[in-house]
Amino acid sequence: MKYTEDHEWLSLDGDIVTVGITEYAATQLGDVVFVELPELETQVARGDEIVVIESVKAASDIVAPLDGEIVEINEALVDDPALVNDDPTGAAWFFKIKIEDDAALDEFMDEDEYKEHIGE
Amino acid sequence: MAENATAPMLTALPLADLHAELGAKCVPFAGWSMPVQYPQGVMAEHLWTRAHAGLFDVSHMGQLRLPKSAREGLEALIPADLLGLPEGRQRYGIFTNATGGALDDLMVAHRVGDIFVVVNAARHAHDVAHLRAHIAGVEAVSDRALLAALVPGVAAMRFMHVAVLRWQGADLWISRSGYTGEDGFEISVPVAQAEGFARALLADARVAPIGLGARDSLRLEAGLPLYCQEMDETITPVEAGQGWSIGRARRAGGARAGGFPGAAIILEQLAHGAPRRRVGLRPEGRAPMRAGVALFAAAAGGAQIGAITSGGFGPSLGGPMAIGLIDAATDTDSVLFGDLRGKRLALQQVSLPFVPPGYKR
Repeated sequence: MKYTEDHEWLSLDGDIVTVGITEYAATQLGDVVFVELPELETQVARGDEIVVIESVKAASDIVAPLDGEIVEINEALVDDPALVNDDPTGAAWFFKIKIEDDAALDEFMDEDEYKEHIGE
Repeated sequence: MAENATAPMLTALPLADLHAELGAKCVPFAGWSMPVQYPQGVMAEHLWTRAHAGLFDVSHMGQLRLPKSAREGLEALIPADLLGLPEGRQRYGIFTNATGGALDDLMVAHRVGDIFVVVNAARHAHDVAHLRAHIAGVEAVSDRALLAALVPGVAAMRFMHVAVLRWQGADLWISRSGYTGEDGFEISVPVAQAEGFARALLADARVAPIGLGARDSLRLEAGLPLYCQEMDETITPVEAGQGWSIGRARRAGGARAGGFPGAAIILEQLAHGAPRRRVGLRPEGRAPMRAGVALFAAAAGGAQIGAITSGGFGPSLGGPMAIGLIDAATDTDSVLFGDLRGKRLALQQVSLPFVPPGYKR
């Protein structure tokens, strides 16, 4: 598992990366009431805003951590946005992205580095 | 997801230590550090307030005492019927300006010994100056905390009644109101007794501390306006849906018609309609639409007809809700469209409140 500075977790399987947000991020957000996912087969560039997450008070977003193609989205979040708070690192994954260069994950933090990043 | 930066030079609430002990997450608001939520979170705090009892620290709001004789002077600044306000009651009012816009909204209580006024925190300094320019003897109270609580008991009071009750040697100034759409009380307590009083309330298992986040979702569900969103210096009380606060005595034909800033414009709007109107809105989908979203009459093309002034998610409602300000000519049954992130999404016009109130009338 790798982590971005924006509190996303990345899990690589072959050339597919599953992306979600960390427990820390979900707690910061508060109760999630709405999630807007990207469309399948969208080509995204690193830094593109591709997911909108709304809590009672405010909207937030997830940016694409890598260049690639969205190959799967988690429809469960549309009907049950609260899943993000219940199980952010498991059932509440947001999307899967097919990447060209799996070395692109090397620059991200591992678990110890992320824990340090959030001051644990 | 960026971390919040704390602004320098914020005023601490008298009960700041208690909030920290209770696990409050604080944010800057009108120059104060305010609890926006406690560990329960906004959604749970909102639902708790409707089902049980919530304790809100609203000590940032301005508390003012005026002489009893000030009601006439206040009528020159506020379109409400204040000379007709019985002792032991309070009334909602709006300070208006020369163009009929709102300078602030407030509560005016007619008490045994004085007039007690509560104003918004962000307008406190402005309102004190505004009052002092017109009325003598305005005292800004600085040694009392203001708590809003749903308190089972205090049974004799009805909605908008005010009273002074003794508690452990201190005078509690209490009004049966709270701006949440629920039955509740605003309690002014001397700072020295505030923590003891707050803890006494919190000791009851039915009472939980509630932050500003839930306060906002509660008042929005109740269809209550927020100064700076539904009302400001360019929006008249009539356009903001607050025409009801202009008492009959102050309207055309009344005993003391007009006589407040912007009266000609406001009375004209009451008689013949205002160019804009407030509207309750329910987005048809799940996406919340928030303040600033542009509104249109059509799914594509056409001129903008207005904008959302407050919007979010209603925990008791179970979905998104918004209040908007639109051209009065807009058909009342039509579906409207909000421009959200470049797409036009449909909203239904609905009457307010979104959730029925629980006032003790």
